[in-house]
Amino acid sequence: MDTEGVEGVLHAGGTPIVTITGCVIVAIRDDLDDQSVMHLQDELVEEVARRGARGVIIDISALEIVDTFAGRMIGSMAQMARMMNARTILVGMRPAVAMTLVELGMTLVGVETALNADKAMNLIVNDLPPVALAQ
Amino acid sequence: MPNDTVSVTLRRASDVAYARQAAMQTMAAIGASSIKKTKFVTAVSEIARNAVLYGRGGVITFEIVGSGPRRSVVAECMDRGPGIADVALALTEGYSTGSGLGLGLSGAKRLVDRFEIASSALTGTTVTMECFAR
Repeated sequence: MDTEGVEGVLHAGGTPIVTITGCVIVAIRDDLDDQSVMHLQDELVEEVARRGARGVIIDISALEIVDTFAGRMIGSMAQMARMMNARTILVGMRPAVAMTLVELGMTLVGVETALNADKAMNLIVNDLPPVALAQ
Repeated sequence: MPNDTVSVTLRRASDVAYARQAAMQTMAAIGASSIKKTKFVTAVSEIARNAVLYGRGGVITFEIVGSGPRRSVVAECMDRGPGIADVALALTEGYSTGSGLGLGLSGAKRLVDRFEIASSALTGTTVTMECFAR
């Protein structure tokens, strides 16, 4: 495995968190219970501080479900990261998840989105303006 | 398999994840579309979490009803809680007695094809939700 540019890898439960060129990246692979979601949020915020990261990328392409609890955790994660001068970009949201979040009235204020992790990294590393910012 | 019924006991937060799994499997069994699966499982997640957080736990049962293309899944979630004093108020978007967003109950209702609540201080709260395959 090419590890060039990798600044750190840690595991929150079974979920690896990788930091590359100032971006803390996590791909959520399975349905996580509430406790694991809270644990992951703590780890991500701490990793942003430890690495002095400029952004957090959360890949949810494997998730079929984002309920109000997970949505609230993602939203507060983004707020905490912003206080530490880091952006949070959500990537890979499935259409069914997007439709469901809208029906739930979860607007994910302050959470940026990008099509994939590559595009999100480009936004963070080159300090580009958000593509679509939820209001 | 005649009379497919699955029950999940709801005692702690991790049981909500088991309820989601059971909901997903039952919806897959009737060949539900991905949007229907996601909507129903999300609604189940909200209702099961409410039962654990506010209802002193309980049980959620999934049953496949009907036949052919009109098959559906009916979920019945019964808790042992104090009941909901004002069901109409509890269904108001943004209303919460807890620390949540107040979107769960009203949201769950929008996500399914049929939604009913029966609640009393003596029997606790029972939420019934039905979702068709497409």
